[in-house]
Amino acid sequence: MSNEQNSVSDILEDNTYKYGFTTDVESETFAKGLNEDVVRAISKKKEEPQFMLDFRLKAFAKWKTMKEPEWPNVHYPRINFQDISYYSAPKQKKVLNSLDEVDPEVMRTFEKLGIPLDEQKKLANVAVDAVFDSVSVATTHKKKLMEVGIIFCPISEALKEYPELVEEYLGTVVPVGDNYYAALNSAVFTDGSFVYIPPDTISPMEISTYFRINTEETGQFERTLIICAENSYVSYLEGCTAPQFDTNQLHAAVVELVTMENAEIKYSTVQNWYAGDKETGKGGIYNFVTKRGKCQGDNSKISWTQVETGSAITWKYPSCILQGDNTSGEFYSVALTNGHMQADTGTKMIHLGKNTRSSIISKGISADYSSNSYRGQVKVGKNATNARNYSQCDSMLVGDKSSAHTFPYIEAANSSVQVEHEAATSRISEDQLFYFESRGISRENAIEAVISGFCKEVFKQLPMEFAVEAQKLLTLKLEDSVG
Amino acid sequence: MLEIKDLHAGIDGNEIVKGISLAINKGEIHAVMGPNGSGKSTLAKVLCGHPSYAATGGEILFEGKNLLEMDAEERSLAGIFMGFQYPVEVPGVNNAEFLRMAHNARRVSAGEEEIDPLDFDELLSEKMKTLGMEIKYKERNLNEGFSGGEKKKNEILQMAILEPKLSILDETDSGLDIDALRVVAEGVNKLRTENNALILITHYQRLLDYIKPDFVHVLSAGKIVKSGDKALALQLESQGYDWVTTAN
Ligand SMILES: Nc1ncnc2c1ncn2[C@@H]1O[C@H](COP(=O)(O)OP(=O)(O)OP(=O)(O)O)[C@@H](O)[C@H]1O
Ligand SMILES: [Mg+2]
Repeated sequence: MSNEQNSVSDILEDNTYKYGFTTDVESETFAKGLNEDVVRAISKKKEEPQFMLDFRLKAFAKWKTMKEPEWPNVHYPRINFQDISYYSAPKQKKVLNSLDEVDPEVMRTFEKLGIPLDEQKKLANVAVDAVFDSVSVATTHKKKLMEVGIIFCPISEALKEYPELVEEYLGTVVPVGDNYYAALNSAVFTDGSFVYIPPDTISPMEISTYFRINTEETGQFERTLIICAENSYVSYLEGCTAPQFDTNQLHAAVVELVTMENAEIKYSTVQNWYAGDKETGKGGIYNFVTKRGKCQGDNSKISWTQVETGSAITWKYPSCILQGDNTSGEFYSVALTNGHMQADTGTKMIHLGKNTRSSIISKGISADYSSNSYRGQVKVGKNATNARNYSQCDSMLVGDKSSAHTFPYIEAANSSVQVEHEAATSRISEDQLFYFESRGISRENAIEAVISGFCKEVFKQLPMEFAVEAQKLLTLKLEDSVG
Repeated sequence: MLEIKDLHAGIDGNEIVKGISLAINKGEIHAVMGPNGSGKSTLAKVLCGHPSYAATGGEILFEGKNLLEMDAEERSLAGIFMGFQYPVEVPGVNNAEFLRMAHNARRVSAGEEEIDPLDFDELLSEKMKTLGMEIKYKERNLNEGFSGGEKKKNEILQMAILEPKLSILDETDSGLDIDALRVVAEGVNKLRTENNALILITHYQRLLDYIKPDFVHVLSAGKIVKSGDKALALQLESQGYDWVTTAN
């Protein structure tokens, strides 16, 4: 292992790597710290077009004027943004020749999620982009997708190959100054996935990205952009894990979705970032993510499904801007917190077009000492006549030290709106589990049955293999917490 | 089949069962009666292995095996069934699916294959018919929103599906209307064979008119204070518990 030290400004001046990187056998990492030079260095390192650098600089300028939000119902010591490295990449090969070269640990975790990466075992109907710390390491099934005109590649590659497409849509759903973390992401994001589905195309397979934070002091700022043109459809899956460190890692992603007329995007996430030590709460990922979709064309649809089972802190509100007429947005969520985890998650449904519909099904499960908040906003504009929303937010408490909170906000600017909100809190009790056991059913199967019952409406939105794995993941996490 | 020897048991350090001995052979029906709070449900829960209740002394043998060393799941798989006085509601879990899980757990532990879902559905329909249960209860969630009587019927349905060796029915009769009591009792009688046994915990003579006990035991303050045959139940009905509990 070699440790070369170099300053960021040196890299900008010439391309010699004297110091400034922390390099070891596996990865090449920028020294900690954030300033305009770091932003420029990232852009330069990735050989980006000018518009991208301008975008980053604008975002960075904005970010400097902003403050970390304090309204979420989560508590943590302020983050020192100068103590984070903003770029880390596996060094030996930027793009691996085959997925067999990906870290076996990643492969295993991926397999656990039901999506083997391995060439032999890789799923015939799922294309995968694997993102390691800051860069995409491998993308499968690219050719096959290209045959029908679908672009699926790392966003860094899209910036080189399809700069006009990226320029046209990037930042149109989540503007650079949207919120603190989105601004930060816009300034320093290093990679992520790019998907473009051309008109009249149903994607022949599921498309997925797998995120992995690997280095201890690196933030992960990935950026995903999915554009679905007229009369097209894509189902997209996202999975995440991180190794176990005593320190906290920051993950501040931005995902933007755009649908044209009659198009539909279904976006599913199974998030299992390291959540910190169960007993002490030490370590874990801070998951501060901005996900938003815009139903731009009439009759289009965006559907978010998330199963959130990890992260020390989650701050995440996948949202829909229902701009076209007759558009619809859906949000299906299962958020599990245990140990000392804190989650403040939910959605925003912004109705702008006529006859727009949204539905929200949120299931929060809190165990141990954790805190689980649902925060949802339904906003109906003046012109959104006959807009309708249905929200159902259920909480399940495990044990008596956990907490669940619901914060629904409704704002309607016209009177033809129909909004319905339901909420319920239940408990998974020792008596319920005993009831199963007294019928010869194992505790594990009992927990699985109760949880999958509670999450039924959400699980049925997930692709089959994902649903089965998600269910196992929840059961595994809850087994120690019940009783 | 079951042998309870000088059993002491309780919860959170309070002794509730204070030295009970009882032997039950296959083919027998034992009724257990006694005033409220005398420890009947506690005894039943100790028998089926509720983790909150601890045996502090004595011994329970089931077919020669030390029951106190087995957890609830193992006891169930060994053939013990408990019809609860207050069955718990489990929202989100489909009733038919629960029954199939329980049935399959039995089969798997006996080294058999899981039942074909369609075959199970048929089996379930047939059992429900004998208990006068409408088919719609298949689709309901486990006990969720069930009326008191419906819960009790659902317990007996589980018993019918599991075909246990020893069933302990804790006040299955309370909450049932007159017709339902007859139907459920007939259902229980149909499940009887010379190889299984029954413990009926009840406050009312009426159940014992339908399911005729071989023995009646009176529990008071955690002890069996009197045992007899069916006549004892009739005597209790007319005279109350005072004469047995004070005479002791
Ligand atoms: N969890 C508990 N904590 C404290 N005391 C308990 C607990 N469970 C039961 N008891 C007490 O143990 C005693 C016996 O209760 P049990 O339920 O066994 O009575 P029972 O004979 O079944 O009465 P009933 O006829 O009313 O059903 C009662 O005094 C009851 O209050
Ligand atoms: Mg009782």
